[in-house]
Amino acid sequence: MLRGDAARATVMNSIAPVWDGNETWLIFGGLGLLTAFPLAFAIIIPAVYFPILMMLLALVFRGVAFEFRFKHLGLRRLWDAAFCGGSLIATFAQGVVLGAFIQGFKVDGRQFAGTSFDWLAPFPLATGLALMFGYGLLGACWLILKTEGELQDWARRAASICLVAVLAAIAGVSIWTPLAHPDIAQRWFSWPNIAFLSPVPIITALIAIGEWEALRRRHELTPFLGAIALFLMSFIGIAISLWPLIVPYRYTLWEAASSPSTQAFLLIGTLFLLPVILMYTAWSYWVFRGKARATVGYH
Amino acid sequence: MTLDPILLSRLQWAWVIAWHILLPAFTVGLASYIAVLEALYFLTGREIWFRISGFWTRIFAVSFGMGVVSGIIMPFQFGTNWSRFTDAAADVISPLLSYEGLMAFFLEASFLGVLLFGRRLVPTWAHFFAAIMVAFGTLLSSFWILATNSWMQTPQGYKILDGRFVPVDWMAIIFNPSFPYRLLHNVTAFYITTAFVVMGVGAWLLRRGRTADDARMMMRMALNLLIILVPLQIFLGDQHGLNTLEYQPAKVAAIEGRYDTVQPTPLTLFGIPDDAAATMHDAIEIPYLGSLILTHSWNGTIKGLKEWPADQRPPVGPPFFAFRIMVGIGVIMLLVVVIGQLLQLRGRLWDSVWFLRLCQLVAPLGFVAVVAGWITTEVGRQPWTVYGLLRTADSVSPSLTGANVAWSLAFYVLVYLIMFPTGIAFMAGLVRRGPQRPDAEAPPVEIESGRPHEPFESAARAARQL
Repeated sequence: MLRGDAARATVMNSIAPVWDGNETWLIFGGLGLLTAFPLAFAIIIPAVYFPILMMLLALVFRGVAFEFRFKHLGLRRLWDAAFCGGSLIATFAQGVVLGAFIQGFKVDGRQFAGTSFDWLAPFPLATGLALMFGYGLLGACWLILKTEGELQDWARRAASICLVAVLAAIAGVSIWTPLAHPDIAQRWFSWPNIAFLSPVPIITALIAIGEWEALRRRHELTPFLGAIALFLMSFIGIAISLWPLIVPYRYTLWEAASSPSTQAFLLIGTLFLLPVILMYTAWSYWVFRGKARATVGYH
Repeated sequence: MTLDPILLSRLQWAWVIAWHILLPAFTVGLASYIAVLEALYFLTGREIWFRISGFWTRIFAVSFGMGVVSGIIMPFQFGTNWSRFTDAAADVISPLLSYEGLMAFFLEASFLGVLLFGRRLVPTWAHFFAAIMVAFGTLLSSFWILATNSWMQTPQGYKILDGRFVPVDWMAIIFNPSFPYRLLHNVTAFYITTAFVVMGVGAWLLRRGRTADDARMMMRMALNLLIILVPLQIFLGDQHGLNTLEYQPAKVAAIEGRYDTVQPTPLTLFGIPDDAAATMHDAIEIPYLGSLILTHSWNGTIKGLKEWPADQRPPVGPPFFAFRIMVGIGVIMLLVVVIGQLLQLRGRLWDSVWFLRLCQLVAPLGFVAVVAGWITTEVGRQPWTVYGLLRTADSVSPSLTGANVAWSLAFYVLVYLIMFPTGIAFMAGLVRRGPQRPDAEAPPVEIESGRPHEPFESAARAARQL
C-alpha cells in the first residue's frame, strides 16, 4: 500500500526487531488456553477450524516472506505482497475468531456441535474487518512514532482513517451485542449496574476524543498509547459482557478449567521460569540498548 | 467417494509434524555442537573455533526460525482436528506441552539473540554461556515433548474420571516406562543426524578446496563423535525395542510383520503385508533371527497380530517398511563411520576423494532415519492415541467433515512445499558461502530500538554481502 522501495524498507525495518514477538505470544495464547481451560480449547478451536487454518498459513507466509525478502531481491515485490497479504489474512482471521466467540458456540455436552462454517456469518465477518482497521490503527501509530517526514504524514492520515473505522466498529459491537443477547443487555443497562459500568463507555469516548486530538496536533507518542488504550477498553467491555463465560454461552471459566493438579504443576515451573525470563530479557535489552550501533556486527 | 475425516486428519498431522521434526533433528545436535565450539574458543582463543562456530551459528539461526514457524502450527492441531483427544488428555499432557514451549522459546530464542549478535557486546564467557543455554533449551524442549509422546504410548500416573484422564502422579506421568528409552534414542538420533550433515559439509568444502583447515576439523570432530554414537544408537534402539515388546507388543508384531505366533520366531527381512487376510506374501525369512534379536534368546517368541482382535491391530505396512529403512540406514551409517575411522588411522582420509564424495551423499540420511523411526512408532501405536485406552477414531474433532480436512490438508501441503524448499535453499546458500574469517565479516547490521534484527534477516544480509 505504500509507495517506494525506500519507504517500504523503512517500514519493515521499524518492526524488524519486534515482529516475531507477536508469533511467540500467539503460541502462548493457544497453549495457555489449552492448559488453563482445555474444555474451552477443545470446543472453540474446531469451531473456528478455517479461520485458524487461514491464520496459521498466513503467519507462515508472513514469517517466511519477511525473512526472504532480503535474500531474493528480484522477487522482493512478491515477498512484500506475501507479507502484506499474510498480515491482512491473519488479522482478518483473528477478528473472525473474536466475532465467533462473541456470537457464541453450539455445544452438546463437552463437544462443539455446530459446523465448520458457523463463523461464516455477518457478525464475525464484520469483526474480522474491524480488527483489520484496529491493527491498522496500531500499525499507523507505531509508524508515527518510528518515522518522520513524508512517511510520518502518510501514517497520520492512515491512522485517522483507521480511527474512524475502529470507533464505528466499537460502537457497532456495543450496540449489537446487547441487542442480540438480552442477558448482556440486562447486565449493562439494569440498575445499579449501569451506574458502575457507565465509566467504561465514557472513558472510551474520552480516549477516542483524545486520540483524534493527538493525531490532529501531530503528537508522536500519544497516538500509539491511545490506540493501545482503545484496545484495552474494548477487551474490558467484552469481558464485562461475557464474564464468567469462557465458552459463550455455555461454559464458565470454572467449568472449563483444567484440574487443580494440572494448574499447580504448570504454575510451579512458570513461577521459576518467569523471573529468569524477565531477568534475561532485561539484560538483553540492556546489551542491545540504543538505536543504530555501527560497531555491532552480525557475528 | 466419501472422504474420511479420521484418515485425512491423520495424514494432515503426519505431514505437518514430519516436516517439523526435521528441524529439531538438526537444531538439537547443532546447538550442542556450537556450544562445544564456543567452549573450545573460550578456553583456547584459537580463531578456527570462531570461524566454524560462526559458520554453523548462521545456519542454526535459519533452521531455528523454520522450526518456530512450523512449530506454531502444532498446538493448534490438537484443537482443530483432535479436540476429543484434547478434552480427554489435556489435564495430563497440556503442562508437558506448555513446558516444551516455554523452554524452547524462552531459553533458546532468548539466548539465540546474544549468540548471534552479542559477540562484541558481551564478555566471551557470557557469549559462551548463551551458547550453552541455547543447547540446554533444545534438550529440555526434547525432554518435554518426548515425555508427552511417551505418555501416549505407555500411559501411567493417571486415573480415569468421566472418560477423561486426570493426573495423579506427575513423576510417574513424565517418567513413564518408554520415556527414558525414547528420549535417549531420539536425542542420539538428533546428534547423529547433525554429525552426518557436518561431516558432509566438511567433505564438500574440502573437495572444493575451500577453508581446508576448517573443513578437516569439522570432519574430524564429526567422525570421532559418530564412531561412538552410531554403535551406541544401535544398542539404544535394541533396548527401546525390548521395552516396546514389553509394553506395546502389538506394535512389535506389526514392525516384524508377524501375523502368526511362531516359535522360534524368524526374522522377516521383506514381504508384502496383507492386513485383511492377516498374512505376509512373498516373505523372505531367516529362521531363529527374530527370537534372537527381539528377545535375546534362541527360542523366545513374540505374539503375532492374530492374537489381537482385528480392530486392535496396527496396520503392518508403514511400521514394517519404515523400520527396515531406519535400520538399513543405521547399517550404512556404521559402515561409513568405520571406513572413515580406518582411513583416518592410516592417514588417508583427506586423499580419499571417493570417501569425501560418499560423505556428501550420506549427509542427509539421518533425516530419513528420524522420519522413518517416527512413522514406525506412531503408526505402530494405532489404533490408539493413548495406548490401550483411547482410540484414534474416538479422538478426532466431531464437527469435522472429510471435505473440511481435505481442504486444510491440501493447503498445508501447498504451503509447506513452498516454505521448506525455500528455507533449505537458503541454508544451502549459507553453506556455499563457507566459514568466514573475523575481519572478513559482513558489514555491521543495525540494531534498532534496542533489539537485534531477526536471525533470518541478518543471515540474509550477511549472505548478501558476498
